[in-house]
Amino acid sequence: MNFDFSDDMKLLREEARRFLAERSSSKQVRLVLDGKTDFDRALWQSMAELGWLGIAVPTDFGGSDLGYEALCILAEEVGRACASVPFSSSVYLATEALVLAGTPEQKRAWLPKLVSGKAIATFALAEGAGNPSARKIKCVERDGRLSGTKWPVADGAMADFAVVVAQSADGTPSLYLVDLTASGVTRAPLQTLDPARPHFKLTFDSVPAERLSLDGRGWDNIVKFIERAAIVMAFEQLGGADACLASATAYAKERYAFGRPIGSFQAIKHKLADMYVGNELARSNAYWGAWALTKNAAELPLAAASARVSATQAYDFAAKESLQTHGGMGMTWETDCHLFVRRSTILSGALGTTSFWKDRIVTSLEMRNAP
Amino acid sequence: MDFDDTPEEAIFRREVRAFLNTHASPKSPSSRGLRRRFIRDAADLAAAKAWQGKKAAAGFAAITWPKDLGGRGGTAIEQVIYNQEEADFDVQRGAFEIGLGMCVPTLMKYGKPQQLKRYVAPALRGEEIWCQLFSEPSAGSDLAGLRTRAVRDGDDWVINGQKIWTSGAHFCDFGIIVTRTDPNAQKHAGLTFFFLDMKSKGVEVRPIKQISGAANFNEVFFADVRIPDEQRLGAVGDGWKVSLTTLMNERLAVGDNTGPAVEDLVDLARGLDLDDAPALRNGAVREKLADWFVQSQGVKLTKFRTMTALSRGQTPGPEASITKLVSAKQGQDIAAFAVDLLGMAGAVTDTELSPMHAWFQQAVLQAPGLRIAGGSDEILRNIIAERVLGLPADVRVDKDVPFNALPTGAR
Ligand SMILES: Cc1cc2nc3c(=O)[nH]c(=O)nc-3n(C[C@H](O)[C@H](O)[C@H](O)COP(=O)(O)OP(=O)(O)OC[C@H]3O[C@@H](n4cnc5c(N)ncnc54)[C@H](O)[C@@H]3O)c2cc1C
Repeated sequence: MNFDFSDDMKLLREEARRFLAERSSSKQVRLVLDGKTDFDRALWQSMAELGWLGIAVPTDFGGSDLGYEALCILAEEVGRACASVPFSSSVYLATEALVLAGTPEQKRAWLPKLVSGKAIATFALAEGAGNPSARKIKCVERDGRLSGTKWPVADGAMADFAVVVAQSADGTPSLYLVDLTASGVTRAPLQTLDPARPHFKLTFDSVPAERLSLDGRGWDNIVKFIERAAIVMAFEQLGGADACLASATAYAKERYAFGRPIGSFQAIKHKLADMYVGNELARSNAYWGAWALTKNAAELPLAAASARVSATQAYDFAAKESLQTHGGMGMTWETDCHLFVRRSTILSGALGTTSFWKDRIVTSLEMRNAP
Repeated sequence: MDFDDTPEEAIFRREVRAFLNTHASPKSPSSRGLRRRFIRDAADLAAAKAWQGKKAAAGFAAITWPKDLGGRGGTAIEQVIYNQEEADFDVQRGAFEIGLGMCVPTLMKYGKPQQLKRYVAPALRGEEIWCQLFSEPSAGSDLAGLRTRAVRDGDDWVINGQKIWTSGAHFCDFGIIVTRTDPNAQKHAGLTFFFLDMKSKGVEVRPIKQISGAANFNEVFFADVRIPDEQRLGAVGDGWKVSLTTLMNERLAVGDNTGPAVEDLVDLARGLDLDDAPALRNGAVREKLADWFVQSQGVKLTKFRTMTALSRGQTPGPEASITKLVSAKQGQDIAAFAVDLLGMAGAVTDTELSPMHAWFQQAVLQAPGLRIAGGSDEILRNIIAERVLGLPADVRVDKDVPFNALPTGAR
């Protein structure tokens, strides 16, 4: 039994935490939130220099090849800092898609650029409201050309290419690599709940598209791909949930009412204890996911769904109740509580909502306990 | 990161399996509802003692205890491995958890060598059972509010007063007890800790009927009971400190979900018809199952993290409180949900008629106890808030006041 990160990984976490606390303070996040810039380019470049953008990419393509545990740890710290960078889109979705399913030429063409920060990519799955499903995918590819509309797509404007889910000619949904600078691509900004993470509507009008070949074909294999990213996203959510707990705890110690710190009132204490418990359960489930990802374990589907549901629940509770703990201050633009309410909300909806993942949990349980 | 046994652990697990396969029968889906967690009668007690004797003979009764005390001298991980394996078998429990989990470890920390020699081995073999005489009518969560008096008389102490909720006192041979020796001191300062023979003159045990109808806990009255000073654990006035040793062990000993688990609910929902389809297809049922699965998996994995800390030589802290806080409530909630799913038949406790031997119905009346015993939900939240998160302690009116000047209520 060895169910914790190694000392090396913990060191990486400490470094990342220190670095991001300095380089992605809420002041920097707010530059994007307030529309002064579309993402934190300087931070992104530094992350590239630290080798973080290729943390799980083989060294052949310029990556650091430190594995999925390291990727999960970085995601956790990005989440804690609420950073305004395309980490999910580019690093653990698009780059991962290429690593897993790219041809040697595709990998050679793109991975070194992604790793060095010269290129950014994103993942285009959703076509409007609802959970991901094969039937929902209306984008189509015919003769190497892709048409349709995707929204919302995170980081769609700054990305050089997108990994797009579309129906192939034989009627099976597949992943396609689409150059977003090609003609026929329209990118329209969307107003969202979290302007610190810009989202777009992408329209494709007969745009050249190269198929990525996942292990198998069809929707199930796309879900398998999403599951892997969901584990990493659970870490990002966990980091955010921890940040909320830290900020609520600090405030509860400083703020006085009725002649004593509000943190001495049990209504506040018990709320924060529940937050702590939720975060710890989410952490344990996320670790399970990291293990499954690293080992490519048979339990990966159940571990991914559990990590995701647990993290979404923890972040949702922590973000709301941290704001509540801050009282009127929590309702102000100036206090950071809303950054986390925003981020937790958009992350819950990305890559399938809790209902999607809960159903997958029970499906796994049905099979596991079948008489 | 891995969940794998080391080669040594794998060998140990095989030994445990071999022992269990020889001496016990595996749980089957049909025996699931009949988990033997409580001692209901003399036959249960005899079965529990017999099982404990076999474990001790095979060296599995106390894996982490030192060899010279009858333990195995093994690791905490090995104890967990044993527990994991034993959980798959249908064995009688409910007699030794408190004694071996809390009382004897306290004795081991504060007792004299000849006392350990006398008491530890028989306790391990299941020949002598120990109980915990802490709570009183006016001292539960606020344990330090206890009133049972101990007064020095020559080489003895004379005990007068009453304990309550003492699990198993009706079949126990020995007990550990906290008493008040100085009512003029501040309440935590005037306590002293002993162990005693439950057959001592002046000890009277009266079972208390619980909401389930069974009587697993008791009132224990003390009328001029004499305890030799030899049997004092820790210094006079240090009873609080000694009690904390017991309570620390309690947090490690209790906490597993004894109520129905997610798997039980999956079994029930699979066989149950709800709106003309298996309940397992019902959206509301699936939602609940997923929530509880994620929660119980989180608890199980959190324990793995604790184990990892143990095996890396770190001591688990108050984080361990999470287990009981989450599991106790979950057991109660699953029981209530299952009974509700059964509709009117949910009310029926007949073990022949009701699905899974009325396991859920029984749990409705057992589960609340776990949320109270060993630190209530509220107390555990206080502990997490204060000791893990470092939030300020409650405003207290009982500090810096002599015990006998404290306000008391009508109850
Ligand atoms: C099944 C069972 C077995 C038990 N076995 C034993 C045993 O073997 N030996 C033994 O010594 N004791 C035993 N106990 C007793 C148990 O430890 C106490 O019941 C428990 O500590 C609560 O104390 P109380 O019953 O006096 O309730 P109280 O302390 O009066 O609590 C009543 C309510 O007030 C709440 N409360 C109290 N203080 C606070 C606070 N500071 N903040 C917020 N809420 C608070 C509690 O959470 C609870 O909801 C057992 C209890 C049960 C139910």
